[in-house]
Amino acid sequence: MVGDQDEALAWYTEKLGFEKVVDMDAGGWRWITVAAPGQADEFTISLIDPSVRPDVEADVRSLMARGGLNGVIIQTDDARAAYEELSARGVEFTSEPEEFFYGIDCGFRDPFGNAFRLTQVAAVPAEPTPANTPS
Amino acid sequence: MAATTTPAPLARHLLRARDAADAEYADPSLDVATLARRAHASVAHFSRTFKETFGETPHQYLQTRRIERAQELLRLTELTVSEICLAVGYTSLGSFSATFKRTVGVAPSVWREQERAYALRARIPSCFRREWQRPRAVPDSRIREADGPEVG
Repeated sequence: MVGDQDEALAWYTEKLGFEKVVDMDAGGWRWITVAAPGQADEFTISLIDPSVRPDVEADVRSLMARGGLNGVIIQTDDARAAYEELSARGVEFTSEPEEFFYGIDCGFRDPFGNAFRLTQVAAVPAEPTPANTPS
Repeated sequence: MAATTTPAPLARHLLRARDAADAEYADPSLDVATLARRAHASVAHFSRTFKETFGETPHQYLQTRRIERAQELLRLTELTVSEICLAVGYTSLGSFSATFKRTVGVAPSVWREQERAYALRARIPSCFRREWQRPRAVPDSRIREADGPEVG
């Protein structure tokens, strides 16, 4: 869910670097999807305006703004490089890259409060040790 | 297609302040007044609307975030309780220990011994632990809300 579809489409394509897959009139409402470059067959994000469901719109907008809509994890080959690149474009990170037993991980939000994790998965998860303990 | 920037709702500003608490909890000078500035609100307005939005005061949120991070360090490191106290933004061991016990129910050292028996929990990625396993604050009428640094 996004607060404004035009703003969302611009942010997801220009800041996050995703590609627009679909932008169409779905019969009274607008259906937009974006995907990581070249991966539209594998994973797309729908930029839905919550006004399509007037019965829950207020609740969804409230949840979104309060950070209650989470759960998307984007895998990358180089979390630190992606962090630097996206930060330079103005993406709002909530945590810097840190090493954990499962890899290197950081977090960011879209302009509406939706949370994402950006994770460089470790080839073989290591046992938790003081050296890879989060601060 | 030209992008238009819509005014962010108040809750979005409050979420930015909450994100700051998550990211900067280790700074002992981080307090409610600092968080209120991040939300572009007065301390009183910020504290009231934060509680209305998230169900707890910003002081409670920051305090329980610090305790949650202390639990993570107790679970996964060999740092002493004193070192962990400083690492999560407290400057007084007494204040840290009292808050930990009031929030979690047992002293930090006791909790560490108990938790080591459940080592597999450490395999849950920390981003999920941080989101879902922060302890709830125990109401304490002695805690002032719109105050300066919370640590003693």
